[in-house]
Amino acid sequence: MKTKFTILFCLAAGLLFAQETVKSLKQLPSVELKDLSGSLVNTAKMGFEGPVVISFWATWCSPCKKELNTIHDLYPDWQDETGVTLVAVSVDDEKTKRQVAVYSNGKAWDYEILLDPNGDFKRAMGVNNVPHTFLIDTDGNIVYSHNNYAPGDEDELYEEILKLSAK
Amino acid sequence: MNFKLLLLAPFIMGASFLFAQGSISGNAESTFQYLNEDTVIGANQPPSKGLINSYMNVFYTNGNFKAGMRLESYLPRIQGYPNRFDGTGLGMRYVGYKNDFVDVTLGSFYEQFGTGLALRAYEDRALGYDNLLDGARVIVKPKPGIVVKGVYGYQRLSFESGRMVHGAGIVRGVDGELHLNEVLGNLKESDLDIVIGASFVSKYQRDDNSTLILPENVGSYGGRFQLMYKNFFLDGEYIHKGQDPSNDNNYIYNSGHASVFNLSYTKKGLGLLFSAKSVDNMSYRSDRTKDLQDVFINYLPALNKTHTYNLVATLYPYATQPVGEVAYQVDFLYTFKRKSKLGGKYGTTIGANFSTTYQPKMDASTINPNDSTGIAYTSTPFVMSDSLYWQDINFNITKKFNKKFSGILSYYNIQINNDVAKISNDAQGIINAHIGVVEMLYKIAPKHSIRAELQGLFVKPQKNGENDKGDWFTALVEYTVSPHYFFSFMNQYNYGNSDASKRVNYPIVTCGYIKESTRFTVSYGRQRAGLFCVGGVCRFVPANNGLTLSFTQSF
Repeated sequence: MKTKFTILFCLAAGLLFAQETVKSLKQLPSVELKDLSGSLVNTAKMGFEGPVVISFWATWCSPCKKELNTIHDLYPDWQDETGVTLVAVSVDDEKTKRQVAVYSNGKAWDYEILLDPNGDFKRAMGVNNVPHTFLIDTDGNIVYSHNNYAPGDEDELYEEILKLSAK
Repeated sequence: MNFKLLLLAPFIMGASFLFAQGSISGNAESTFQYLNEDTVIGANQPPSKGLINSYMNVFYTNGNFKAGMRLESYLPRIQGYPNRFDGTGLGMRYVGYKNDFVDVTLGSFYEQFGTGLALRAYEDRALGYDNLLDGARVIVKPKPGIVVKGVYGYQRLSFESGRMVHGAGIVRGVDGELHLNEVLGNLKESDLDIVIGASFVSKYQRDDNSTLILPENVGSYGGRFQLMYKNFFLDGEYIHKGQDPSNDNNYIYNSGHASVFNLSYTKKGLGLLFSAKSVDNMSYRSDRTKDLQDVFINYLPALNKTHTYNLVATLYPYATQPVGEVAYQVDFLYTFKRKSKLGGKYGTTIGANFSTTYQPKMDASTINPNDSTGIAYTSTPFVMSDSLYWQDINFNITKKFNKKFSGILSYYNIQINNDVAKISNDAQGIINAHIGVVEMLYKIAPKHSIRAELQGLFVKPQKNGENDKGDWFTALVEYTVSPHYFFSFMNQYNYGNSDASKRVNYPIVTCGYIKESTRFTVSYGRQRAGLFCVGGVCRFVPANNGLTLSFTQSF
């Protein structure tokens, strides 16, 4: 047991030390998810040109729906001004997965929708609870993230998107 | 520490330094409770007074190599978690290699075949549920549109003295899926999109029963399809399970089945879904003696909407009866266009949902109870009896009145058979509840908002006057300051309880601070006992009174 802990400790110490010297940005992990048409999409190779917002949500999550409905009203302007794409990743499992298309189309959303019914992408992204929103630059680096949603949070997100498109 | 290890240390540090060129991600979570004695609501103070659960995931990838682990800690576990969880240690760990052709994992992994009717290994932290597989998995993609998976392992049953405890049986399975439009050249341009798949899962558990001859290997297998044509989407899966005498089915020798079909039509502004499900004798665990949430190999979600308002979600929730049920659901959403008569300036959304579940028809008339087959009844998929288990009819309207003010109005009628899906000790037969909810959101200033919910639940008395716990009223007020703070107050009042001494208020105050992906919350107050459900799985949380601190962080 003691030996195990020592090895773990050394590994951790080495990693921490290395993080100090190599400034590494967190990259989008590669996970295969299905979109609403059932086609496989690799999250690391989604191939969008501008910045990408990844928003984790679920049909049973009220603040998530508030956030995405608020951005829905602003989205045409955001796209024109920054070329941003929003990918709404639903963490609904098999119980409510079919309601994702009903809700997203019923609300006339223009987002890319991905399904993560077994939480593979959620786990890889370190998401504890939804809503959780990430901003990805054109090189696939995660440059900003925000947990929770309160009205007005979309303004902060948009400022971060503007910073990226100004570069 | 011995001398050899001392020599080794710099090498390990050096090795991990090299590894650090890759990418690290993960998250941490900790929940602490300090609980008081509260005899009015039946809340007990645990002997240690304080309780704490903590978790940290660390995932590492470097090129094609991947590794990860989760450390977890229960000192001791918070209320509602399995009381055998204790200690600090590794709850999950794996190494693996992945490229475009093959993905191989050794150690712990999560997996789902098709819709999960045959196999689903997953984690739900909020429920304390984790039935991961511990063994080996390989996923192969021989060409675009073809995915083949193979899994082999023991399931996680528990976490005791800081160590993962495995279930008694081995689980193994294969699954294949073909996207025909990618595989067959002449379908490439077709409007009709077709995916087909098949799975086979088997478990092995030694027969240690002295009175019965039990099958040691139990298989389940089946197929699925998915068709998409323009705005229509149809999918379905059927899984058959061999003879599996278990504690759940009272050691009968019937085979089992589970099947689900969904048909939807969606376009911009409209969504319509129809679902049907049939389950018979489909509890499938890697240990036939277990119950509750333990070592389920498959996943049988309830076919109904997951509600969010407190009174609707936690007082009368329903979970699938793995022994058998037939269920149907219709889900509908429509948005009236902006600037139309009913849409107003911003558009108005109406939603409706109907779900119902019945006992399947189980015919024992042709069965000779003295024969030795152990078959207890005959049944046919989707053939149901007239015994109602569950029914939910609900409607809602969402409307934005102006830039600052919006609201949601909802109505629910829930009927639940308390003799089958046991939810309360205070009622028998069908509990019939009507619930109304008004939610309002007002934006005071660009970053300041106030939100309120008023909820009323009314139980229709039965012929003998019984109405479970009677009527409830809930009020919630929440004030948010974007992007960092929130404050909320909620009170639930069981004013209609027929027992006057149980007409109790449950007030609770919660404050939170959020900075990017870090979140702290503090709450103090009373929480009533109830079933807490996610998906088709529920956990009973006893009443409590006290302080809860929680912390989450992603990195």
